[in-house]
Amino acid sequence: MCGIVGLYLKDQRLASELGALLTDMLITMSDRGPDSAGIAIYSAIGGSGDADAGPGKVTVQSDDPIADFDGLAADLADALGSPLEVSVNDTHAVLRVDGSLTRDRDSLMPLRSALARVRPGIRVMSFGQSIEIYKEVGLPGEVADRFDLSAMTGTHGIGHTRMATESAVTTNGAHPFNTGPDQCLVHNGSLSNHNSLRRELAHHGVTVETENDTEVAAAYLTHRMAQGDTLGEALQASIDDLDGFYTFVVGTADGFGVLRDPIACKPAVLAETDQYVAFGSEYRALVGLPDIASARVWEPEPATVYFWDRSGMSAQEATEYAHA
Amino acid sequence: MPTLDLQAHGLRSVNAVLQTAAADSVADGDYEIVNPLGSHAIAVGLNGPLSVTVKGSTGYYCAGMNKEADITVEGSVGPGVAENMMSGSVTVTGNASQYAGATAHGGLLDIKGNASSRCGISMKGIDIVVHGNIGHMSAFMAQAGRLVVLGDAGDALGDSLYEARIYVRGTVASLGADCVEKEMRPEHIEELTELLKRADADADPAEFTRYGSARSLYHFDVDNAGAY
Repeated sequence: MCGIVGLYLKDQRLASELGALLTDMLITMSDRGPDSAGIAIYSAIGGSGDADAGPGKVTVQSDDPIADFDGLAADLADALGSPLEVSVNDTHAVLRVDGSLTRDRDSLMPLRSALARVRPGIRVMSFGQSIEIYKEVGLPGEVADRFDLSAMTGTHGIGHTRMATESAVTTNGAHPFNTGPDQCLVHNGSLSNHNSLRRELAHHGVTVETENDTEVAAAYLTHRMAQGDTLGEALQASIDDLDGFYTFVVGTADGFGVLRDPIACKPAVLAETDQYVAFGSEYRALVGLPDIASARVWEPEPATVYFWDRSGMSAQEATEYAHA
Repeated sequence: MPTLDLQAHGLRSVNAVLQTAAADSVADGDYEIVNPLGSHAIAVGLNGPLSVTVKGSTGYYCAGMNKEADITVEGSVGPGVAENMMSGSVTVTGNASQYAGATAHGGLLDIKGNASSRCGISMKGIDIVVHGNIGHMSAFMAQAGRLVVLGDAGDALGDSLYEARIYVRGTVASLGADCVEKEMRPEHIEELTELLKRADADADPAEFTRYGSARSLYHFDVDNAGAY
């Protein structure tokens, strides 16, 4: 069991409340996942344009933040040969770097190597232009408090409460997973073919950092998108290539998607108003949202890709591919 | 009409009031539950005649194990509504999530909207009327009772069906193993007419198709191993 929440704003007047709304949703899902929690929050900084145009953002984590984050900006700038800013938030820190460093997995390599040299204890949680990921072991309420999630603002966000089944209860085993620029994935369920898929991805040069099944799914989607798929197409392909139980919620710089496996035993509820699209593993995660009583509330169909982005403000049940 | 505020009093307290009123037949009129806020296990285990209206949507297992009570949810319900109901009725004005009416032995489950996957799984005598559509694997291993669907049915309807009878007005995406279309005889029109009336459904029984068990998988036969 795990809990998923997601909120995608159509009306940016709610942007200042995004963190507070998501935090309440996340805490409501504590029963479904009390061992760890995480949130991916997309802020408008950098936007979704050309990566060269705006500053890149890399969220990192350390188990020894006092030592690791002390003097990090200067040491890393030296090692990297370009300036950067560091904003520390508890065990995490957001590095603001040149946009060319966060364009894709390959362009992140210089930063990863520099980090490995100057602070080997630091791990990369996310990279891109707008995404920040915060995740730790502990009750969702405690995790939200330590990062002050409720004060965060942004355009959309995805949260996860974890009850581990497939790998250890660690920070790195917590969701969301980020494997490509501004991409993230959270998962309720368990994948049964993640080891063979991990080997297959390795053949294509895609490495997966943890033993976690969900990270394999995230890397799979990133790999498909690197080959030219849209997120919707990558999700569609995953119906054939991923075996197991899953409800996925995915985020991109300006998009938000939902997919359930064909058996669809993992719960999912979607709600949509003129102001937002919201996801909850259970309806009770959504009850605090504005005007929820008048929202369109429904259960997403199995094996059907749901995807929203900024190009179409109305719901795009993108592709009834599965039934086409 | 006594009104119980679920947020103010908490689930256990609200259920205790309802269960006591139902068991002792001391019902002080009809009960109304406000602020359900998607909570789980609302109005479960009512063991006597009582009328309860839930003003809003609920979570898992609403109205489970119901006996004799009439429960209405003005909203949608999460997974497992009316699970193992024995008698009485449960009405949902919105939609129902998966395994609505699972394993239930009796009573009427009336869903005005859609029901998702596994509706009526292993039903053992309940009558279920869904005014909209139902999802995949509905009536899986259904043993007795009637499932009436005014809309369409998803994949694998009635897989491994025993003696439950299924009536569908719309299309069926696919039939499960051992589930077949059957002739609508006068007694079926008659029972369907009565069921539609009980659920206030405005539909012509003649537009429905009946599905039932081919009875070829009742007992394991190795020659059928591939059919399960």
